[in-house]
Amino acid sequence: MSGNDLILELKELKKSFGGVVALDNLSFGVKRNTTTSLIGPNGAGKTTVFNLITGYFGPDSGLLIYRDRPLKGEKPYKTASLGIGRTFQNVQVFADMSVLENVMVGRHLRSRTGLTLSAVLPSFLRPEERRIKEEAWHWLEFVGLERFSDMPAGALPLGNQRMLEIARALAMEPELLLLDEPASGLNSRETIAMGELIGCIRDKAITVMLVEHDMELVMEISDRVAVMNFGRLIAEGTPREVQEDREVISAYLGE
Amino acid sequence: MTDWLQFLFMGIQRGAIYAMVAMGFNMIYNATGIINFAQGEFVVLGGLMMVSLTMVMDFSIVFAFFLSVGFVTIVGILMERLTINPVRRPTVLRLIIITIAVSMLFKGSAMCFWGKGSHYMRHFTEAQPLEIMGATIMPQTLWIIGILILVVIGYVLFFNCTMTGKCMRACAINRDAARLAGINDRRMVMLSFALSAAIGAIAGIIITPLIQMDYARGALLGLKGFGAAVIGGLGNSMGAVAAGLLLGTIEAMAGGYISSHYMDAIALVIMLVVLFARPGGLFGSSEEVRLKEF
Amino acid sequence: MPLKDYIGFCILIALVLLMPHLVANDYYLGVLVFTAFNCLACIGLCLLMGYAGQISLGHGAFIAIGAYSSGVLTTMLDWSPWTAMAAGALASMAIAFAVGIPTLRLKGHYLAMATLGFASIIHIIAVAATEITGGPAGLLDIPRLGLFGYSLDSDVSYYYFAWFAVVAGLYFAFNLVHSRVGRGLRAIHGSEDAASAVGINTNIYKIQVFALSAVYASVSGSLYAYYVNYIDPGPFDVMHSIVLVTMVAVGGLRHLWGALIGAVLLSLLPELLSMAAAPLKVIGIAYKPDYDILVYGGILLLIMMFLPEGLFAGLASASKSGTAFLMKLIKGGSIVRQ
Repeated sequence: MSGNDLILELKELKKSFGGVVALDNLSFGVKRNTTTSLIGPNGAGKTTVFNLITGYFGPDSGLLIYRDRPLKGEKPYKTASLGIGRTFQNVQVFADMSVLENVMVGRHLRSRTGLTLSAVLPSFLRPEERRIKEEAWHWLEFVGLERFSDMPAGALPLGNQRMLEIARALAMEPELLLLDEPASGLNSRETIAMGELIGCIRDKAITVMLVEHDMELVMEISDRVAVMNFGRLIAEGTPREVQEDREVISAYLGE
Repeated sequence: MTDWLQFLFMGIQRGAIYAMVAMGFNMIYNATGIINFAQGEFVVLGGLMMVSLTMVMDFSIVFAFFLSVGFVTIVGILMERLTINPVRRPTVLRLIIITIAVSMLFKGSAMCFWGKGSHYMRHFTEAQPLEIMGATIMPQTLWIIGILILVVIGYVLFFNCTMTGKCMRACAINRDAARLAGINDRRMVMLSFALSAAIGAIAGIIITPLIQMDYARGALLGLKGFGAAVIGGLGNSMGAVAAGLLLGTIEAMAGGYISSHYMDAIALVIMLVVLFARPGGLFGSSEEVRLKEF
Repeated sequence: MPLKDYIGFCILIALVLLMPHLVANDYYLGVLVFTAFNCLACIGLCLLMGYAGQISLGHGAFIAIGAYSSGVLTTMLDWSPWTAMAAGALASMAIAFAVGIPTLRLKGHYLAMATLGFASIIHIIAVAATEITGGPAGLLDIPRLGLFGYSLDSDVSYYYFAWFAVVAGLYFAFNLVHSRVGRGLRAIHGSEDAASAVGINTNIYKIQVFALSAVYASVSGSLYAYYVNYIDPGPFDVMHSIVLVTMVAVGGLRHLWGALIGAVLLSLLPELLSMAAAPLKVIGIAYKPDYDILVYGGILLLIMMFLPEGLFAGLASASKSGTAFLMKLIKGGSIVRQ
């Protein structure tokens, strides 16, 4: 590993959608083993940052450097294999599959069996299958959903679906985890539980980057906070520094 | 050396039909995002209805023409009202299978009413071929070309100069925004089925004197029409007209110069090649196809 | 594989073993053999439609490729039936890759139209390439299949063999569904974005399943050729592909048992209808086999509109709510008694 302790670096990223500028010369870095929050008013371009990092689309110009190597428009399944996990703003659990199976899908990259072997051998003759199940169970316990394991995921309340999405991403054993508004739509009790969970994830030495609107949660769990407005970075620093920044205050309160 | 001219006439005649079938596909695709697998059956129903009205009931061509188009239009509206409209929260897969089921019903009904044989119909005007530069052309082919031109003009006027047409275009571009602007998008879907049934019927009526319509022709006509729609760029109706004429001409040339056994296969091979290599169509950008799905 | 499915297998095997004793008539035994061919093709198609969410309107073409490979290679080149069958399956797989790779990377249902076009081309070739396929007159004298030096000559032996193939095909399909690959496929169906976010290469999976389903169809075509010993282009038209889609959709896209039930019911339906022709005549309806297409289309339309999950899921949920209702009645009854 190089002396650089940044796991991810964004350099002068630009992206526009049909004339609407979503990102305008955005640059900042994410330190290893920290929790970094990306905040800003609606439409500031936060989710666009996530979609660029995970390869759902490419930037118009600029560089994304992950683990000291530039990302060159790798597709989402490829960025996943590089160790970037994510959740979605509008939760995307596999609704028809059981809660446990959802997490088992997360073990996809950590298992091997291909189509032919899968077809020929029944599941009880495949040791890998049992291992996948045990590991999935472990991550289900980690987020505290093990009592729902047999339920179809679509039947869970929203708060638990968000937890499940995180468990599925954690099962990939990512190095960098992107959480897109993990507390949106949650009540205050669920939000507290979510904050605790994100704390536990950082303790596992996973770098967490999140987009969030709940300022109380952001200020409590973040090591660093980056503030965006109109596709540009307007402030970056510790929660305290950001809270006292004039430009941030004016962006949020309006002048 | 007038073979090529002869094949060209043949190709334009076939191509005009593919162009009109393709326009019908595009209209429903733009309104709903699905491919209507019953599109070819509209052509068959139009042709067979015309046969009954002119040859059995002995109506005049003009009267029978409008009656047949009206009949198939009503069939199209009924199809939308009874099978597409009632489906709540439809998936594309489900709607496609529904149109397949409807096409089976149309085909079966056509067989029950008109039997399995092919039907002769008298030409619109006299059946004496005209001679042009050593090649012969049927007056009916001229009718086909003329009616295609009228349909295209009508299409352009409708979508550019009438309020309803503009509303349909708005729905095709952005359904949610159109709805917010107060456009009844469900009604637009019904209208798209009505119009595409009407165009299909016209195609069937004008080609029947030359090919002798039977109940089973729908699938192949529909498939080649879809080929024209793909080559022209799905959703782009003017592209479809050009592509239809092109496809018909290539097919006729290949049939004449290479092998008549494989004539039908050649059009399909061209369709597959375009689908594989340039799914956005010959006239569209490849970027466009990413936004399109059905 | 859940316990329920093992029980399902036991019931299926028991039925397969029992049928020849219930059906004394050779004709009906033959119908059951044809049913087995349809079941095999439908299992593969169900993997594609229900688990990868794609329609193929050209599976009749893969059946044709299996049948003609078997027919041509055994009669003209004297290959053994088994090698010819394997060659057909490999050819189908290769063609599925060739058709699937360009179309499946597009979003939506381009595969449906591409396969429909492809199936029409195959049918045209089967009719026109008379030197190889025999054209409309067909290929004669295709040999019977042998097993361990024992020729499967009688209808009963072929019946057992064909249904053994169905059970094996179903078993492979079930293993696949309950594996890493199967979960990946169901994940794609659930949310393509989320599936790729956990590292599933959605295109490769769809293509692989399409190729696998082509192999199922091809094997069913080979078995058909060895059973009837004569093939012509007639049964391999586009309509047959659409009937296969109907079978899977009617039984239930989302479940292998559904596809199997759909295939069995719709394969037996023409027989039931022709049996019903006599009583229908009494009430003044002259039923002809020509009307089958109307019946198929009507059933498919009704199922898709009112029971989109298919008969199997419909029956399952009906029995579930039925039991719930009974439980309520019993509980309600006990309260009254108190």
